Amino acid sequence: MTNQTNAPRPAVSVRDLEKTFVLHTQGGARLPVFAGLTLDVFPGECVALHGPSGAGKSTLLRSLYANYKPGSGQVLVRHGDSTVDMVSATPHQILAVRRHTMGYVSQFLRVIPRVSTLDIVAEPLITLGTAPEEARARARALLTRLRIAERLWSLAPATFSGGEQQRVNIARGFSVPYPVLLLDEPTASLDAANRATVLELITEAKQRGAAVIGIFHDADARAAVADRLFDVLPVPSQAA
Amino acid sequence: MTMIPQTPLLRVEGLTHYYGSRLGCRDVSFDLYPGEVLGIVGESGSGKSTLLSCLSARQDPSSGRVLYQSRHDGEIDLYRVSEPRRRLLMRTEWGIVHQNPRDGLRMTVSAGANIGERLMAVGARHYGDIRDQAIDWLGRVEISDDRTDDLPRTFSGGMQQRLQIARNLVTQPRLIFMDEPTGGLDVSVQARLLDLLRGLVSSLGLSVIIVTHDLAVARLLAHRLMVMKEGQVVETGLTDQVLDDPHHPYTQLLVSSVLQV
Repeated sequence: MTNQTNAPRPAVSVRDLEKTFVLHTQGGARLPVFAGLTLDVFPGECVALHGPSGAGKSTLLRSLYANYKPGSGQVLVRHGDSTVDMVSATPHQILAVRRHTMGYVSQFLRVIPRVSTLDIVAEPLITLGTAPEEARARARALLTRLRIAERLWSLAPATFSGGEQQRVNIARGFSVPYPVLLLDEPTASLDAANRATVLELITEAKQRGAAVIGIFHDADARAAVADRLFDVLPVPSQAA
Repeated sequence: MTMIPQTPLLRVEGLTHYYGSRLGCRDVSFDLYPGEVLGIVGESGSGKSTLLSCLSARQDPSSGRVLYQSRHDGEIDLYRVSEPRRRLLMRTEWGIVHQNPRDGLRMTVSAGANIGERLMAVGARHYGDIRDQAIDWLGRVEISDDRTDDLPRTFSGGMQQRLQIARNLVTQPRLIFMDEPTGGLDVSVQARLLDLLRGLVSSLGLSVIIVTHDLAVARLLAHRLMVMKEGQVVETGLTDQVLDDPHHPYTQLLVSSVLQV
């Protein structure tokens, strides 16, 4: 993985990935989600995960982020000058990749009591060592673009509407210029104007060279940003 | 962007403790890095508190080693150094936050003195400086300065816990042990304390080992988790991995037993 060649190198390279859930609390039921999954994603492109509900798209996204632990295979992420396999990496390496390289926008905001909206959005940059004032300036710009009213910035988003929470979550996910972005339904529950803004943010991320992997149920949104589709198909269920 | 290899602050090897023939904890090994928060979760009786006592020099383990990278003297083998050396270490580089503030505070002296005496124990002598620092720390844990001369027993449970935290942090320790720091507090008080802890841990770059049976507390504070059952570690990993994709049957049971609000 260290050879310098002129051929473009993927930002994320998934090799033979396998994930099965074993539910010990339910009699050891085995739920295979995917197996032998292989995918390369290059800088500047957006790959949309495609498949019916329950096929394992979100599970794949979470496995790339090392939130879920695949059973076998590799998730090779180009991290600065090195390559990290998210499946076998140590917790410290995974946290370093998440801080610097890989952003993940989930469908739901995890609200922390008493932490203001502005600080939630600025936090990833501050963790990276950006001066707090600069990080907050970036946070204000994103919140403005995503039409979160300024009077809400000092409040914890626990009482915000679903759409507002989702936009705070997106602002946080886009605060750092991550080389890799994982997006789980970023435009769900947004109105047309905000959906357009999110699509703009994704397009800008691609233009600066980010590799984007996303789940978009909305066909128009998918068509607007995705360069290609990657099919995630349900594994036929088998007797355990 | 190269990864800077760090030296662990604490290295634990094969730590085992028996109370007579009864197992406390068995064969626990892990590294803790500077700035890292490690959560130890499991139900009552799982060995969490025994482990914490063995880690924090309050309980001689039956076997195993605890190696601590000290500020000035390199690596110290905790149970091989002299008692006075160990005491000095606990006073200058470590802090312990007990579940019950009464175990960590002196209830018969004022709030200010609770903080000040820790400074005096590490050599501070100037009364004005000590009082200023005490008031500064009361402010940082959100206790107003007009309570400086009050006894802790006139404080609410949440305030007592915040005072205990200030008493621990005033000497600028590098490693803090916490045993159920939010246990027994109302949820609103808990949220305030957690937020305070979160801020202090990240702004001071503290390393923390926190024992809790509350998975929500673990999720909020800990980078990594160790799940204990019957004295042994059954699962470890990043906090979100362990809670979102638990593999061990016992961890799955713990996670699935949490009531959704």
